[in-house]
Amino acid sequence: MRRFILQRIGQAALVLLVMSFVIYSLIGLMPGDPLDVMIASNPGATPEVVARLRAIYGLDQPLMYRYGHWLLAAVQGDLGFSRTHSQPVLEVLAPALWVTCKLMLASFVISVSLSLILGISAALRPGGIVDGIINLGAFAGISVPVFWLALMMILVFAVKLHLLPASGIANIDDGGFVDHLRHLIMPVATLALANTGGFTRFVRASMIETLRMDHIRTARAKGNAEGRVVLVHALRNAMIPVVTVMALSFGTLFSGALLTETMFAQPGMGKMIYDSILSNDFNLALSGLLFATLVTLLSNLAADLAYGWLDPRMSR
Amino acid sequence: MQFRAALAALTIWAGLAAPALAKDDLVIGVAQFPPSLNPNIDPTVIKSYVLDFATRPITAYDKDWKLSCLLCTTLPTIENGGAKFEELPDGKKGMAVTFTLKPDLKWSDGTPVTTKDLVFTWKLGSDPKSGFSNNDPWDRAKKIDVIDDHTAVLHLDRVYVAYNVWDQLLPAHIEAAAAEGKEAGDYLKATAYNRAPTTLGLYDGPFMVTKYESGAQVVLEQNPHWAGTKPYFKRIIIKTIENTAALNANLLSGDIDMAPGDAPALSIDQVIALQKQAPDKFEYIYKPSLTYEHIDLKIENPLLQDIRVRQALLYAIDRETLVKKLFEGKQPVAATWVNPLDGNYTKDTATYPYDPAKAKALLAEAGFKPGADGICRNAAGDKLSFEYATTAGLKLRELTQQVLQSQWKAACVETVIKNEPARTLFGETTKKRTYTGMVMYAWSSAVNESPRKTLFSNQTPSAANNYGGANYIGMADPKLDADIAASEQELDPAKAKPIWAEMQKIYADQVRVLPLFFRAEPYVLPKWLKGFTPTGHGDYSPLWSENWRAE
Repeated sequence: MRRFILQRIGQAALVLLVMSFVIYSLIGLMPGDPLDVMIASNPGATPEVVARLRAIYGLDQPLMYRYGHWLLAAVQGDLGFSRTHSQPVLEVLAPALWVTCKLMLASFVISVSLSLILGISAALRPGGIVDGIINLGAFAGISVPVFWLALMMILVFAVKLHLLPASGIANIDDGGFVDHLRHLIMPVATLALANTGGFTRFVRASMIETLRMDHIRTARAKGNAEGRVVLVHALRNAMIPVVTVMALSFGTLFSGALLTETMFAQPGMGKMIYDSILSNDFNLALSGLLFATLVTLLSNLAADLAYGWLDPRMSR
Repeated sequence: MQFRAALAALTIWAGLAAPALAKDDLVIGVAQFPPSLNPNIDPTVIKSYVLDFATRPITAYDKDWKLSCLLCTTLPTIENGGAKFEELPDGKKGMAVTFTLKPDLKWSDGTPVTTKDLVFTWKLGSDPKSGFSNNDPWDRAKKIDVIDDHTAVLHLDRVYVAYNVWDQLLPAHIEAAAAEGKEAGDYLKATAYNRAPTTLGLYDGPFMVTKYESGAQVVLEQNPHWAGTKPYFKRIIIKTIENTAALNANLLSGDIDMAPGDAPALSIDQVIALQKQAPDKFEYIYKPSLTYEHIDLKIENPLLQDIRVRQALLYAIDRETLVKKLFEGKQPVAATWVNPLDGNYTKDTATYPYDPAKAKALLAEAGFKPGADGICRNAAGDKLSFEYATTAGLKLRELTQQVLQSQWKAACVETVIKNEPARTLFGETTKKRTYTGMVMYAWSSAVNESPRKTLFSNQTPSAANNYGGANYIGMADPKLDADIAASEQELDPAKAKPIWAEMQKIYADQVRVLPLFFRAEPYVLPKWLKGFTPTGHGDYSPLWSENWRAE
């Protein structure tokens, strides 16, 4: 097992190196540089000022030279300086990561828990009333655009009912645990609802298939209670494909919650990566995307380890 | 019973959840977060807006577009002797401008603002390695003679119209350490405005930054050492909500009090819609600004080289109705790049009102006749068709584009829409002048700003000048060049006005650009906010925020 983990960590490092090169090159291929939009809206910026700024930000150097320079510093722990935030990348990344971690972990736990309950309930009587209602809800969750759901939540719970704050992380005069929690309710609920539909469908499909297997029939024939059959014998087997999907989703959640973060003014990783790409903030975009890649790799590693626990034959 | 209990719980939760907003705070919602708080780095609108609560430039244009002193006691002018011409060692004419700083000015840690700060800012701003990119460069001064702690004479290397327009000072006692770096860009990384923007002593205005949550909000509190009018509000909270639909909802929910028009917030169509939805909930102001929306024409296109075609394009579009229908008439139609509110504006220019018959007659005169498909062709069979580009994704621009496209089609001119993301449009298409027909966009300028960068012949971007300059239309008129140079040297407003009138006349006569309108800044303000004065130019309303109050 140790060898397996070390091997996967080595692979992850290689993937990160290749990805850093690919991302840097792709960002470099985008037209213009960070100063172009500034110049376009500011006729006062003379060519001399622009040339001076390009030199200061290193934009007058070839792309590969800049990449090499970045890589050398990165392996020494220096991810560079964010031009758009005027701060070291790590100082921009850390708070965004914290915001995203709170959002993602909460919504992931909620959506996984909900989807297990709903998916199993639906699988127990495929085609029944409960299954129909859960399917309808799942399809609604998959189909509803996140930005619309977020806006509706704001309009209902903040504008009409005044139950929850419309946006932000915390009130300026409060900032306590409860206050943070209140600010998290709507974004977490939005993300959780958006993910639950898909997860529920996977759990349901996998459970229906597993419940038809011979070993389940055997378990029932041996007189095991139905709850034990479902939760111990069936669920464990059914979780193998579901874990793969969840692991992949977990990685994308870290960089893909752009709409939710934007709607609820949560300055997280998705928004940071999007803005840094649009503004050609190479160092920040690269670090953000690499971090998202790392999370995806780690969640897949966790999924591989989980397979071994769910089905010991797979770790052999 | 259960329902009642749930309702009671909801009511209690609602009571706890909606704390009444004390008028001690003013919460402002904006759609961008400032990338830096250093007054001289990255001249973004949002940065300047936030900083204008906390730092003051030496001079600024007020709501009536008149230059006034904010840090100085008297505005130096030629008339009052505060500014004088002087002969430079090389025989050329320079200027000596004397500034006296207000004696009671203090940084937010209580340290007096003195000429030491002025000299420090000038030295740093004149160093190419510092990365300054402010609009009123410090390197205009080649020498500063310090008279005392509050008075200094700035010696300029030539005559400038904006000789008495100077930006914010930096606190030498804090920023000196950051300025010690030897390498280019060291100051950008070390400045306390970026590393620790809540440091006491960085600000000399009525407010100071006390909380800075990157990407989320900036909190400003009263500067205890501010000697001017005491601000009414104890705190200004500037919240970033990038999605404007969410920003709108935050206004309605009361989570934010106002959406400013002079910072990125709601677009004009959103404010017009909000006004219809909630006419009595807020006060709405539409302030015409210096942002000029227009269409550049590619003069190298053979079809556009005929001035009659260019004139016909302008006669064929009904800009008055466009502005009325799309913007409820809030955005004034432009005749040239000079705003009617500007002192140098002249109304004696060609205006090209909507006249489709005249457009068709001009096209016929230029040899174009409508074909079977309704599009005009000349004797050589060239179709009167142009590519028409603008920034993709901006709804109002795209709507404007569709209206103009249909009006041109009625005049037998085909336009093929070819929109691009902003960074492609400005990073390649306009910068390298690769557009083939028309490109629609806007630019902002300062009050009385010379049009050198956009209209002077040597400012046409090319490989030779590393694609510097913003003369995207390739204007190259010796008379206009001479007028631009003359206007930059003429300090007497009465004598400058005819020069500016001549420039506007040339611009309008040549129709190298199709002027559309000046954007209006849409403000959504709480009804209780008094003393608020929008300016419509780059010296934003927060520069006078100490006068804002709740009533």
